[in-house]
Amino acid sequence: MNWDLIFTQTLSQAFGPGVIVFALAAIGLNVQFGYTGLLNFGQAAFAGVGAYGLAFGVATLGWPFWPSVLAGLAAAVVLAVLLGVSTLRLRADYLAIATVAAAEALRRVARSVELQEWLGGSDGLRGFANTFREYGFNLGLGRGDNLRFGPFFFTATNLWVMIVGWALVAVSLLVVWLAMRSPWGRVLKAIREDEDAVRSLGKNAFWYKIQSLLLGGVIGALAGLIQAVRIGNVSPDQYHTTFTFYVYAVLILGGAARVFGPVAGAVLFWGVYNFLSQFLREVTRLEYLPSGLLSATQVDPLVFVLLGVGIIALLIFRPQGIFGDRREISLNVR
Amino acid sequence: MVTLAALLAGVVVALSAGATGAWAQADGEGVQATLNLDGEPVPGVTISVFTEDGQPVGSAETDQDGYWTVPVPESASYRVELDESTLPDGVTVVGGNVREPFVRAGSVGNVLFGLEAGAAPPGGEQPPGEPTPGQPSPGAEEPAAPEEEAPEDPEEDVEVVAGPGRWDRVVSHIYSGIHFGVIIALAALGLSMIFGTTGLINFAHGELVTFGAFAALLVNVTGIHFFGYEMRFHLLVAAPVAVALGILFGYLQDRFFWGWLRRRGTGLIAIMIISIGVALVLRNLYLYQLGPGRNLYAQYAVQAPERIGPLTVQMKTLITDGVGLLVLVAVGLALVMTRLGKAVRAVADNPSLAAASGINVDRIIRLVWATGTGLAALSGVFLAMHESANYLMGFQMLLLIFAAVVLGGLGTAFGAVVGGVVVGILIQVSTLWLPSEFKYVVALALLIVVLLVRPQGILGRRVRVG
Repeated sequence: MNWDLIFTQTLSQAFGPGVIVFALAAIGLNVQFGYTGLLNFGQAAFAGVGAYGLAFGVATLGWPFWPSVLAGLAAAVVLAVLLGVSTLRLRADYLAIATVAAAEALRRVARSVELQEWLGGSDGLRGFANTFREYGFNLGLGRGDNLRFGPFFFTATNLWVMIVGWALVAVSLLVVWLAMRSPWGRVLKAIREDEDAVRSLGKNAFWYKIQSLLLGGVIGALAGLIQAVRIGNVSPDQYHTTFTFYVYAVLILGGAARVFGPVAGAVLFWGVYNFLSQFLREVTRLEYLPSGLLSATQVDPLVFVLLGVGIIALLIFRPQGIFGDRREISLNVR
Repeated sequence: MVTLAALLAGVVVALSAGATGAWAQADGEGVQATLNLDGEPVPGVTISVFTEDGQPVGSAETDQDGYWTVPVPESASYRVELDESTLPDGVTVVGGNVREPFVRAGSVGNVLFGLEAGAAPPGGEQPPGEPTPGQPSPGAEEPAAPEEEAPEDPEEDVEVVAGPGRWDRVVSHIYSGIHFGVIIALAALGLSMIFGTTGLINFAHGELVTFGAFAALLVNVTGIHFFGYEMRFHLLVAAPVAVALGILFGYLQDRFFWGWLRRRGTGLIAIMIISIGVALVLRNLYLYQLGPGRNLYAQYAVQAPERIGPLTVQMKTLITDGVGLLVLVAVGLALVMTRLGKAVRAVADNPSLAAASGINVDRIIRLVWATGTGLAALSGVFLAMHESANYLMGFQMLLLIFAAVVLGGLGTAFGAVVGGVVVGILIQVSTLWLPSEFKYVVALALLIVVLLVRPQGILGRRVRVG
């Protein structure tokens, strides 16, 4: 068994560009779910519209890089307002239904043959990340400048994505930290605890909830942007509802309603995922198990089953995660 | 170079012949083409057409002019397979023997198969049957999209030729909407009853639908191994067995999982997130066990449609609709007429009050879980009979089930049924004007409009829900 490879991969991935995507998406969800108690089951849609905004702008319309990034963020704002206005006056579970439905419907649209000319169908779009990479080249991160440091190994492209990505994570964390210790953030937390009480104090809870959904959605769109420039391709199946579930897992693992919870959760989750899939791949390759028990095509489903069971167990036995406070997340549908 | 020229010639002739061939086929949608090799027509080649979901539509053999045509029921993507064993010796298809054209409403699409003599080109061969699932690349880079669906790329080589729209098509779309609506309603009724009694929106309900389809598949096709005997049963036996297994599955789920969570005092929101996890686990267990293919039952997979009045329907559609409606009415009557049904409604109204008046709330919830899962299983069997059993089938239906439940009124049993049928009709009729891929957007738009205008749904009570 090649433990060296397994641990190198696991550790490199645990701080690599992939983890940034989950960290950003979970920071956004933390604003919505952790602090405000909004059940957004469509974080994948927010990340997806962010990524598709960039790809659609550059690859399809031929816009420059920055307007396309703004288009992605604007699309997330539109989505948040649309979903928020229709559901946030209602009980919490209506938002859950509407967001999960929106995520799936948008994914269908992106996959559709009719719009293939514009959105690329199930293959998605590519060829939009060059400008972003050029910025990296101009800063001296040329091809071949790979970083090998102890067990870590990153390519030059990934390094540039990581620099930008971790900077975005830091900025988002700062924004969330500042926002949540402001009067505005206290209103959000109060809405989570008792919305009626907030309303009786004369606050417009509906408007605050829309703002929270919007802020979280825009941070989610940033996650999509990083994912897009990291892979250099957007495709509808990257933004499956499963993505949303993993973001919940990341958030709850780290601890909801904690500023650093999402980052800790993302590193841990991504590390565990990579360890499991590398480990099981090695097991299949070396044929440790009797034949017929685990074939190469069965590795991925098995990893997801194990992750799913782990996350369910986490939710049941330690819903506050690593850093969370149990009192803060004993939410209920009102 | 010679083969390339032959290939080009084949394509060009197919294009021109297709245009003339359209005159012979001007009624509704279809696919057609002419098969040529070096300018000579190739007769006697079998070509089969399947829906996106793997349900056979029909097949044809090329005639003396190399022309073939297969009518298709509606505007959608189809999978066209050329049976390579029927080709003359030494002749191969360029680029694989499968095309996936998208047929537009009221038109006949041309499907081009380029033929060439000589050895098969490298990589051109492709086993017919199962679509190959995309495998995330090794190296732990791509886990964000673990559940890639079978590729549905249509080929570019489809051309709109001709075809009128007809009033009959509206009627047949409405009927297929009712048919689809009954299947949605069966699943939605279970979801709504479970929500009504426990307050849980079960995001794993789609996987319960898949469970039914796969349970029937196990009894019907895979076979049960029992002391060295391998038994397979007719679908007429397998379907009730699947529903019974569904009821058992639902009972056990509540007995050992959901009921336990309720007693532990786990919050409803946590349980909702857990249900997404359960969906993920079940879906991947199906994939692990049965693979990503599309499976058909041994019986009734292909049935010649019959003409009744303005409708062209298969007998199985009529029979399953009848059975589905009967089951829906029976469950509805049981809710209204029986003591047990009254107890269910009491628990849905106010669990504490129901408990105070001597109703065993836990037992009622267990009954609801068993019934709901059984209904979902029946819905899954019906869906797989008309399309095919696939590990994603239930998940893909979940959005429609949600739309149905919200439209009818969250937690109301009759609302779910009405909502299901309305959603079914609406999305099927919408395909008259919109591409069928947009029917999920229609369902989403309906959901949002309902939430804006009448959040309590059609049959919901006018209570404050915010």
